[in-house]
Amino acid sequence: MSTPAIQAPTEAVGVDAHLMVDRGEFSLDVELTARPGEVLALLGPNGAGKTTALRALAGLTPLTGGRLSLDGEVLEEPAARLRVPTEDRPVGVVFQDYLLFPHLSALDNVAFGLRTRGLRRAEARAEAAHWLERVGLADHAAARPRALSGGQAQRVALARALAPKPRLLLLDEPMAALDARTRLDVRAQLRRHLADFDAVAVLVTHDPLDAMVLADRLTVIEGGRVVQHGTPADIARHPRSDYVARLVGLNLYRGRADGPEVRLDAEGEGADAVLATAESHSGPVFAAFPPSAVTLHRERPDGSARNLWPVTVRGMELHGDQVRLDLAGTLPITADITPAAVAELGLAEGSEVWAAVKATAVHSYPA
Amino acid sequence: MTPGTTKPTGGGSVRTAPGPARARRFARGGRGAPLVLLIPALLGLTFLVLPLIGLLVKAPWSTMPSEVDGGTVWPALRLSLETATAATAASLVLGVPLAWLLARTEFPGRRFVRTLVTLPLVMPPVVGGVALLLVFGRDGLVGEWLNSAFGITLPFTTAGVVVAEAFVAMPFLVLSVEGALRGSDSRYEEAAATLGASRFTAFRRVTLPLVAPGIGAGAVLAWARALGEFGATITFAGDFPGTTQTMPLAVYLALENDPDAAIALSVVLLIVSVLVLVGLRGRWTGGAA
Repeated sequence: MSTPAIQAPTEAVGVDAHLMVDRGEFSLDVELTARPGEVLALLGPNGAGKTTALRALAGLTPLTGGRLSLDGEVLEEPAARLRVPTEDRPVGVVFQDYLLFPHLSALDNVAFGLRTRGLRRAEARAEAAHWLERVGLADHAAARPRALSGGQAQRVALARALAPKPRLLLLDEPMAALDARTRLDVRAQLRRHLADFDAVAVLVTHDPLDAMVLADRLTVIEGGRVVQHGTPADIARHPRSDYVARLVGLNLYRGRADGPEVRLDAEGEGADAVLATAESHSGPVFAAFPPSAVTLHRERPDGSARNLWPVTVRGMELHGDQVRLDLAGTLPITADITPAAVAELGLAEGSEVWAAVKATAVHSYPA
Repeated sequence: MTPGTTKPTGGGSVRTAPGPARARRFARGGRGAPLVLLIPALLGLTFLVLPLIGLLVKAPWSTMPSEVDGGTVWPALRLSLETATAATAASLVLGVPLAWLLARTEFPGRRFVRTLVTLPLVMPPVVGGVALLLVFGRDGLVGEWLNSAFGITLPFTTAGVVVAEAFVAMPFLVLSVEGALRGSDSRYEEAAATLGASRFTAFRRVTLPLVAPGIGAGAVLAWARALGEFGATITFAGDFPGTTQTMPLAVYLALENDPDAAIALSVVLLIVSVLVLVGLRGRWTGGAA
């Protein structure tokens, strides 16, 4: 998981983009690469330029400079006066508010992109029905979008975007319009569909959890520029700025839940460790806790913390008024503590201490 | 807000009222209908409705059947309905794309073009008729060519009536549809584009259905305007019973020598237009709600 972040694509597949959009008061200048089968998340605060980048990839906002190529084919290059219009790009988009056509049934919404690509009505509908079945909405085929719940509408939007078999799938804040409860289910389902998707997926989000759960790699954007990119774990452990540290400061693990206990997947560090969490689930889950929830002790504490491990300090970095520690042990942990605590514990790289996390601070989500 | 003042969900004036005294004064006058507004409103309503009542009261109901059977009514009514419908159809075919152009594209002089489109709204219809004669008349800019190339003459024909009515009615449709297009979310068209739809496909399969209520309302306005058209029609198409004499023309001419016939014609025209508008309106509002 902690492979070097930047990988220059050697073969000409997937997305290879240098997106430049100059709008006077705002300018976007980001380089993105993603290979087929990979989910890339664009993460950043509101107004960072994420959505502009997504619209540029879709061809809805013209580039003013740079270049965009997909699977070796140049889609846009202003310097060469080249621009493939949106409707001719093999791109599918799930919009933030879905934009399902209100006058068409769920089935006809999904069939829309198949019809424009030349399928006859009957064929398009049969194929669309198949897609609705895949997202578990076969019995809502005749429903108008206004009769669908937020989570259902999101799934119809996903089916509509995937049906024409795009080579680039774009998702704009796919969870933003959902309430917290639906979010968990939808996130888990979206994860499964993205795992099945064999082309490039680019996801825009301001929610670090969405990004870390759904994406293979993150590109953090701030003020129209790339601040950092790499794997979620890599960025969480080695944030290159205070902003990124705050944004993605989460310890995130995959495992299998049995009630409130989560046994981490036996893979590399953290194999077979058990985490006590606040929620009860069963089956595959993600478990996450913030670095600020970690407390460190020189001696084994007697308290009630059930998540307690001996750890070794692998690295220390100052971020704002906190010190971010990279801890190795039963499982890799990122911890934020005050400089005063560092001094009090006499911490240095290589120090051996006990790390404790209260079960109430550990949240689990269905994977 | 002190307790006792009207809920903030009431009229905007209550919300900004500085104290309870003022709020109470508003509350006593009923839910937001001060007399200063109520009296002119009722006067205005009376002014609009009274002539219609007068028409119905003065109508020679006993001799109505014979007046209506007099021979001029049915040809004129039929001609009116046919030409108004044809003019509305022509306005739809030309006006909806024009409205789309004005609402969805940027080109130099767009505002000026929009002003030109609305010009027939403010221009006296008689002037429109004269202008049409100058362009489509036998010696007109286009008329001469139409005549020599295709043998088509528009003035003083039924087709001329349709041209005159469309000229006056189309701006209503264009403005109504343009408003509907501006009010509809153009991002649906972007969504259609990401699904492989060309701009025309997006227009046909997404935009048109979404603005259908606006197009319906515009068509009703245009049809009503065409049905009542007088000035441009009589100037450009003349007044030939059977070919260009529409109901308004027949009413006006009957008024000079047979006032009872004029009243009868007016009542018929009134009833027909009310029936058609109520019928269409019910259908559209029923579909939209």
